[in-house]
Amino acid sequence: MKSLSVDIAPISTATTRRPRNASLGKAWALVLKDVRVEMRRREAVANSFVFALIALVIFNIALDLERQRLEALGPGLLWVAFVFAGVLGLGRTFVGEKDRGSLGGILVAPVDRGAVYAARVVSSLLFLLVMEMAILPLFALLFNIPLLHPLILPVVLLGTLGFCAVGTLFSALVASARTREALLPVLLLPVVLPVVVGSVEATALVLQEKPVGELLPWLGLLAAFDAIFLAVGVLLFEFVLEGSDA
Amino acid sequence: MREYLGVSPRLGTPMATHEFPRLRHGLGTPRTFAWAALLAMPVAMYFALAFAPREATMGNVQRIFYIHVPAAWVAFLAFFVTFVASGVYLYRRQERWDILAVSSAEIGVLFTSLALVLGSLWAKPVWGAWWTWDPRLITTLFLWMVYVGYLMLRSAIEDPTQQARFAAVFGIVAFVDVPIVYFSIRWWRTIHPVVFTGGGLNLDTRMLVALLVGLAAMTFLYLALLSLRSAIEAVQRRNAVLLQELEEREEA
Amino acid sequence: MTTNASSGVGVRGSEDSAEKAATTQGILCRDLRFSYGPRQVLRGLDLTVAPGECLVLFGGNGAGKTTLVRILATLVRPTSGEAWVGGFNVATEPSMVRPMVGVVSHQMYLFPDLTARENLELYASLYEVSDGPGRIAELLGLVGLARRANDLVRTMSRGMQQRLSLARALLGGPQVLLLDEPDTGLDSVALQVLSQVLSEGLGNGLTVLVATHRIGEGYRLGTRFGVLARGKLAFEASRESMSVEELECRYRAYLDGHHP
Repeated sequence: MKSLSVDIAPISTATTRRPRNASLGKAWALVLKDVRVEMRRREAVANSFVFALIALVIFNIALDLERQRLEALGPGLLWVAFVFAGVLGLGRTFVGEKDRGSLGGILVAPVDRGAVYAARVVSSLLFLLVMEMAILPLFALLFNIPLLHPLILPVVLLGTLGFCAVGTLFSALVASARTREALLPVLLLPVVLPVVVGSVEATALVLQEKPVGELLPWLGLLAAFDAIFLAVGVLLFEFVLEGSDA
Repeated sequence: MREYLGVSPRLGTPMATHEFPRLRHGLGTPRTFAWAALLAMPVAMYFALAFAPREATMGNVQRIFYIHVPAAWVAFLAFFVTFVASGVYLYRRQERWDILAVSSAEIGVLFTSLALVLGSLWAKPVWGAWWTWDPRLITTLFLWMVYVGYLMLRSAIEDPTQQARFAAVFGIVAFVDVPIVYFSIRWWRTIHPVVFTGGGLNLDTRMLVALLVGLAAMTFLYLALLSLRSAIEAVQRRNAVLLQELEEREEA
Repeated sequence: MTTNASSGVGVRGSEDSAEKAATTQGILCRDLRFSYGPRQVLRGLDLTVAPGECLVLFGGNGAGKTTLVRILATLVRPTSGEAWVGGFNVATEPSMVRPMVGVVSHQMYLFPDLTARENLELYASLYEVSDGPGRIAELLGLVGLARRANDLVRTMSRGMQQRLSLARALLGGPQVLLLDEPDTGLDSVALQVLSQVLSEGLGNGLTVLVATHRIGEGYRLGTRFGVLARGKLAFEASRESMSVEELECRYRAYLDGHHP
């Protein structure tokens, strides 16, 4: 049999690490992991897409909207669908890893908690954007309103980023709670209210084909919210991960 | 050696002075706060109902203002205390800060409810509607929803250390979010014109005095409730430790 | 099979310097306490494991084994008291502790929807392993999973998952190895691999802590034994001073609540 080599790393290797670059690479490896798992499980994207689609159909039937009112209500309906579908998509990310006994391995590994947070925000953002990019043309088609404007993209991106920044933190919070999935919307929706307000208004401006100059303040506001929520998430995530292996 | 809440490992040994109410060293005991509140509340009532003049357009119903505003103020103060205590808890990991945070949040929810109900009672005769979607009202409603969520989160997590830690994280995020919510709604309102203008009060001096007395009285009430509530919480947790020890002794 | 025990960096010498070595390279716990709210799990645990030593801790359900491993693995913080791993405090310097610790828990710490190789690739980048592919191939060979490298972990038996979990723990070249109930679900191949890894690693100054409730397997792995009862180290003995029968007898006494 081949010689077994269990390398005993000398202590010096631990102190000569370059944390910043290393963290970026590790975060990337974690994003890759999330994407691979999602490709095989198809949990987040598929569930949230179907939910958003059903929500749109129900809105249309329940409200029986004519063209004029639709332009006023459309942005709100769209974001309500996105946000509830997003809760569904985010809800299972940590719960699943915890139940499968996977999360502990990440927690004992030498990876900065901020990098774990950033990676999860990025992968959640990716999944929700895929869902939203599929819903958007369907929304425009089903409701017959001209939403397929290039300026909708930054709005959707910034709005969803803010949602993921808080959502990632909170989905880790509720993963240890008794009433996990039920608790997430109760905690998350009020807190992301500013992001929803900003996104709805910005979407309305896009829909009314207002000049970019009017849209920019709202985009700036959304970006500011995102920055605040991301900063809070990076700072607090380590306290949420502590003891979250079991 | 730091024991759970300063309870000595030997059963029945009383806590020296029970660890939590730090407040008592600086400001006084629950009892003094309770007395102060008890004395201040009738005085505040007098100022609100008799001393302050009858408001010209709104009439006597405006006197709700002298309780409504202090209630809203105390709610905000209480959530600020939860925010600070949460931060200190995460940094120091001392249980008394968690006790302070949860006690203050509960009282905050109570006073937010009070402020919402009183506000509605005031709004109906004056504005003709129980509720308007004004930035301040939305923010108050937001406070109520978020801190009810805080209490729900606490009750949904069984491991007490994790409960304290997670609640602290949520308590910080929630409070940071308050100004963000307020300003986003204000921005939003600049587009959708406000139906009713706010209080629109021109306070004369006697009204201002009545308000300040009300604020002081309500703050004493808050401090009394806070020190009582946290003393109860401390005793409850100590009892849980003692019960656990008793059980283990009986087993042995 | 060759062993390279002779080339080991060294169990530094005599008995009295063992504690010193434990503070800088091994595991050291001082008055360690942990409570789940009112329930005390660890009640002032003192513990030393020097490099080159494998301490096996026996204890029943709720004795605090898993809690101790979780504290040392920087998953939870102690309520009070201190613990050092490799010279770093687990509560205040967790990021210094993590690179040098390998953990095998009764949870697998694997992603069932990734293949064996993808799992190890993820951990290779987290542990900053140089020559990742080479090291992964070597470890997969070591635990006998080379042919299953591209299979999803969820298609594997529990024994195979345990072996992969062992490979994951060894990937970063740990200086300290923490094993929590490693014998539940380990198949005979895995146990054999484990004892080989341990005997060789110990010669190279590896520090090992094993928590288990099974006397037989524990006795095979350890160089020193302890019994964890009511959150404290109730009893300690070296392998030389104690036969497996004697150990079993003492352990049973603690399990039954007698305190000899």
